[in-house]
Amino acid sequence: MAKKKEHIQNTAANGEEEKELSILNLGPTHPATHGIFQNVLKMDGEIIHEATPTVGYIHRAFEKLAERRPFYQITTLTDRLNYCSSPINNMGWHMTVEKLIKAEIPKRAQYMRVIIMELSRISDHLICNSVIGVDTGAMTGFLYIFQWREKIYDIFESICGARLTTNIGRIGGWDKEWSPKTWDLIKSFLKEYPKALDEFARLLERNKIFMDRTINCGPISAQMALDYSFTGPNLRAAGVDYDVRVMTPYSSYEDFQFTIPIGTSGDTYDRFMVRQDEMKESLKIIEQAIKNIPDGPVHADIPEFFLPPKEEVYNNMEALIYHFKIVMGESDVPKGEVYHCVEGGNGEVGYYLVSDGGRTPFRLHFRRPCFIYYQAYPEMIKGSMLSDAIITMSSMNVIAGELDA
Amino acid sequence: MDKQELLNKIAQKLNEQFPGALENSEMSYDFPVFYIQRDKIHEVLSLLKNDPEFDFHFLTDLTGFQTADEKQLAVIYHLHNMPKNYRVRVKTFFDINKPEIPTATDLWAGANWMERETYDFYGVKFKGHPNLKRILNVDEMDIFPLRKEYPLEDQTREDKSDKMFGR
Repeated sequence: MAKKKEHIQNTAANGEEEKELSILNLGPTHPATHGIFQNVLKMDGEIIHEATPTVGYIHRAFEKLAERRPFYQITTLTDRLNYCSSPINNMGWHMTVEKLIKAEIPKRAQYMRVIIMELSRISDHLICNSVIGVDTGAMTGFLYIFQWREKIYDIFESICGARLTTNIGRIGGWDKEWSPKTWDLIKSFLKEYPKALDEFARLLERNKIFMDRTINCGPISAQMALDYSFTGPNLRAAGVDYDVRVMTPYSSYEDFQFTIPIGTSGDTYDRFMVRQDEMKESLKIIEQAIKNIPDGPVHADIPEFFLPPKEEVYNNMEALIYHFKIVMGESDVPKGEVYHCVEGGNGEVGYYLVSDGGRTPFRLHFRRPCFIYYQAYPEMIKGSMLSDAIITMSSMNVIAGELDA
Repeated sequence: MDKQELLNKIAQKLNEQFPGALENSEMSYDFPVFYIQRDKIHEVLSLLKNDPEFDFHFLTDLTGFQTADEKQLAVIYHLHNMPKNYRVRVKTFFDINKPEIPTATDLWAGANWMERETYDFYGVKFKGHPNLKRILNVDEMDIFPLRKEYPLEDQTREDKSDKMFGR
């Protein structure tokens, strides 16, 4: 933290009182900001008077890049938006294209998607909550709970070979049926994780030090949260029960029974608790999905978009033609505009896709929840202590990749 | 109220209140879409927000694009009424040489950064915006990179023919 002293004449209205505010550059690379964010703070001692965030340090021009890529190559861009829960972004993108081409996805594939999306929601919330612990001084929970993220990543790895930037699934469903090993991993995760989550909860949820530290820290009212277009756990912590999975169900979410935890005051503790409870709800959804998953194909019957199996490509002319068309990005896409949203780790992840019938999107816009709610951050930390600003940021779960796209 | 009904109702209301402002309305997949004249966009948005029947209190998304003939820019608003779960898309087109449009920051505070992003990438000047600066790109940049006149790759390259692929 480079401290730059600068004398600012801050004259009060009567012209008598002079106050000296110091400028503090928090970031861009500071371990406590968990990402590349800069905030220029005007401080009076420990109290923040004004904050000016600078964003864009890892802007990678995904929207421009997407205008040159065939649809199936854009999945890798969505990985790198919210890299703590990339499968949700992947699925959201697949579903956007499926909506555009009006593909019907078999139930089994949809249930498999739900399982993966909920697993990645758990891994996202788990990182966020354990990092709130770290920022309040409790390293143990972070180190203990992080091995469960590794186990979730093992599941992703057994499905698609990648752990962090997954590129999981295909437009139309899944590339193949999951192996028995994957199902075993998921089942053992479901059996063992609740115990670990309970231990983690006992460490923090009713811990007096943690509660004193987080209650009334960085609160936001429901009205202000809606005005700033908050979504996801941050909005629900303020007391608004908006969840995309319930309001506009996608991928068969209407088949599952789950509750939406909401908070009351929108402070750091509420955000923490909403995420804690959402993890439990996610476990319930996964259990129901495993119990009720139907048999059947794992991908839609859309040969123009779904790569045929290799044996077919070598022995069957149609399959070869489709393979060529898909790889070269020559499949016909209807003209039109779609907006599709999914409930990501941080809120409503939306894809606004304008297609002119070409091989690439004419325009693709990502609605990134982080980008939208981070603008309320200066207002939320105004008048609070510097250390409160740090945990407010980590409890908002601002992910640099999603913020900057 | 289903989506078609919502579309008809809003179109009727807009035609009553602002004759001529609504250029076109259609269902595009699962979204009612309204094409609004630029001069009336702020009045239309504030009607949609403040009318007790529609009550679009939530701005889901605000973005822009450039039309294929490269002569026009568009700004697209996605509005949401959460309790009734109405979603609409409002679009407005204007000349690229005069890219001015009233800001929506007085209606939704969340429009602030979304408008800055649209300015950053398309050069749309939101009149009345409190702090219209670049947000994701560097301040010194003098182009608006998402406009179609700036191709992704260096077009002066001669060692590579790309006319078969991409635009």
